[in-house]
Amino acid sequence: MNSAGLSLEQAPPFSVPLRFFLTAPWFLVLAALLLLWQGPEIFASRWLPVTLALAHLFTLGFMAQVMLGALLQMLPVVVGVVVPRPQLTAALIHIPLTLGALALTVAFLSGVPAWFQVAWWLLGLGFGVALIAIHLALWRAPVVSGTVIALRCALGALLITVGLGLSLGGYFGWGWSLPVVAMTQLHAAWGLAGWTLLLVAGVAYQVVPMFQITPPYPQWFGRGFAPLMAALLAAWSVLMLGDWETAARLTSTALAAGIALFALTTLHLLAQRRRKIGDPTLGYWRASMASLLASALLWLATLWIPALGPASPAEWLLGILPILGFAVAVINGMLYKIVPFLAWFHLQAQLFRRAKVPNMKQLLPEARIRRQRWAYLTALLLLLAAAVYPAVFTYPAALALGVTGAWLGINLLSVLRIYRRALHEGLASVAWKKSCG
Amino acid sequence: MATIAEFLANEHRCCDESFATTEEAAQAGDLAHCRATFREFQAVMEHHFHKEEAMLFPAFEQASGNAMGPTRVMRLEHQQMRETLAGMDGTLASGDLEEFLGQAETLLILMQQHNIKEEQILYPMCDRFLGDAVRSVIQAMRDLPAG
Repeated sequence: MNSAGLSLEQAPPFSVPLRFFLTAPWFLVLAALLLLWQGPEIFASRWLPVTLALAHLFTLGFMAQVMLGALLQMLPVVVGVVVPRPQLTAALIHIPLTLGALALTVAFLSGVPAWFQVAWWLLGLGFGVALIAIHLALWRAPVVSGTVIALRCALGALLITVGLGLSLGGYFGWGWSLPVVAMTQLHAAWGLAGWTLLLVAGVAYQVVPMFQITPPYPQWFGRGFAPLMAALLAAWSVLMLGDWETAARLTSTALAAGIALFALTTLHLLAQRRRKIGDPTLGYWRASMASLLASALLWLATLWIPALGPASPAEWLLGILPILGFAVAVINGMLYKIVPFLAWFHLQAQLFRRAKVPNMKQLLPEARIRRQRWAYLTALLLLLAAAVYPAVFTYPAALALGVTGAWLGINLLSVLRIYRRALHEGLASVAWKKSCG
Repeated sequence: MATIAEFLANEHRCCDESFATTEEAAQAGDLAHCRATFREFQAVMEHHFHKEEAMLFPAFEQASGNAMGPTRVMRLEHQQMRETLAGMDGTLASGDLEEFLGQAETLLILMQQHNIKEEQILYPMCDRFLGDAVRSVIQAMRDLPAG
């Protein structure tokens, strides 16, 4: 074994993850605007083009954006490998991903094939660069921990999700002939239960015990959960495509049970946390895991209770709970740890011992986090209500979603403002000391 | 304890425990208790750093032939944590618990991202590189008196 290529250096330049983090919240605002514009009609079917546009504003614009940005930041810490040329790599992922998410929204709303073609090339480029850069780093990992295993499974699932997504894009853009309905199901399942869930699991193995000071996840869980889920997803995909209905349903049941087990394990660990002081991001973890558990239980119910089948509100709830509940909550909570810490870290590196650096709570006061969290929870509950009673709740849900997205964006920008001011003042005082002192 | 990874990860958990006690005292507004527990916390941290810097890192550097790699970064991060701890000490002297809690939050993340690197990467590598010497290195760390 060779340690020469190993680097435990903290991190790429601040701009590398930050460009993703500052863009993402505004996609929640765009989703809210789309919901306001379309009104309750949008809940007529999950297969409407406008519904697909809405789903991708969340998954590409918000979720993938932050997840990829955070991975570029995290790999040196968790895996010990640096992504080469980080600024260029980040730009080659961030710009096409952002433009591609916008182009895909226009494509779904207009139905014009040329827009699907534009989105196809942009998203193909952005995800292609991300997959290559992150895969290279993950396969060079010097030590294979539970987290590395989960990240590899998550990246494999992303590859499948993107492959399916691009094929579906080919259907809309160039008229490729494909089993569209089955492929859409697979695309959604690999994206949510594969890439998103397994990435969150891999990160949770580290951050839940470390930052909340809880007991660790059981070792068998850390090493076994992600490969088992990936294998179940693969089996389910084959069974579904082959029309083996009962076997597919049993595999789905096992998948849902696995998801519930992860949510319950995490909630159980959080209940045993040693850090008793109120941590404002704890609420996001709890909301996220409660939503994940609810998704798993509802999925189980739809598998075995025919009345909850297609075209019932359950279908919508199964989109809202994992996306806005599970994924958006955990990402929102993590952003409130990552962004102020990175601001502090880079200030510290640049002003080391020469000027006072504001601490994390000065960079982002807890009260701001708490208020935005209430807006988030309101948006989640209203959107769930809107799936059941669209006529009453769609507009309030859209407004609440817009408020929570904008508030998150403003909170993150406020960290950057304080960072810039502290850096400016710190460097100015250094210059003054040099010339006068 | 058979491995360096287990032995030192366990020390991290003791440091975490001590951190939580100090933070709780600060949150409760109990300045005297906070000062007492912080002194203990700072001592536990310093002792742990010292074990790594005096025993583990030199053994790893010798076994791997690499003194400029991972251990250099770990020493730098220890220094960064020492500075942050010194800052917290100063804040406690002036009695500003609000500022202390903000610094504690910062230290927690700094400390844990460092622990993740050590536990996920460095310690397992030490176990592999040191081979049969693992036991004697652990014993040497055990025998090191608290500063």
